[in-house]
Amino acid sequence: MARALVTVPATAKRGEIIEIRALIGHAMETGYRPGPDGKILARDIIRSFSCRYNGEQVFAAELHPAISANPYIAFFTVAAESGTLEFKWEGDNGFTQTETARIAVT
Amino acid sequence: MNHLRPDPRRRRLVLAGTALAFTGSALATPEQMAAAIKAFTGGATPAPGKVTLEVAQLVDNGNAVPVTVRVTSPMSAGDHVTAIAIFNERNPQTDVVKFTLGPRAGKAEVSTRIRMATSQKLIAVARMSDGSFWSGSADVIVTLAACIEGEG
Repeated sequence: MARALVTVPATAKRGEIIEIRALIGHAMETGYRPGPDGKILARDIIRSFSCRYNGEQVFAAELHPAISANPYIAFFTVAAESGTLEFKWEGDNGFTQTETARIAVT
Repeated sequence: MNHLRPDPRRRRLVLAGTALAFTGSALATPEQMAAAIKAFTGGATPAPGKVTLEVAQLVDNGNAVPVTVRVTSPMSAGDHVTAIAIFNERNPQTDVVKFTLGPRAGKAEVSTRIRMATSQKLIAVARMSDGSFWSGSADVIVTLAACIEGEG
């Protein structure tokens, strides 16, 4: 399990635009870099990220090797109703991780 | 002899060294970037405007360059940004990232951190819900390149 850090406000007013920041620990090995033995290291990156708000996708990203190690993505969404935000990262070598955050909308 | 002017031969040597650091993997070209943009837009040429690509002009470390893309859009159900993609012209691959947005985003603004192999141009392209494409670009000078051997 990689370490992931997701920042979502705990409470928001209905209709408010909230910022969400997601950071996950991952080397994002590009597949272009030589290792200690001089051989090129195989690519190992996170390829996709998505955010679901009460089951409905509100944001997604397709990542390429040009994304820095420990991918950081910040985006916005409208606080529609109270519930759960689900964040999912998927990548090479069967990498998959899910994080959830609760939000209370008044 | 004028010692103040940089020797063009040395400049070439530096460029050759940068290319060698990729151990044979060729860097992309502006033509490949144009082709990647065409693949994203389905052949259309994005109109300049509406898209702001915010990135430092001079970057010390190409391994993690913060970028922010902002698109002018009301983000309503009938008029919103559906996708934002970032392209570069001189990394080994021209694709950087593609974001999928919708009216629930509220605000067409995304931030991330990217790698840059050398000084180059970045282009962000936004797809609107009406099918139009808009673009914004930025030129960045990189002093320490990403992907050079060893740690990075």
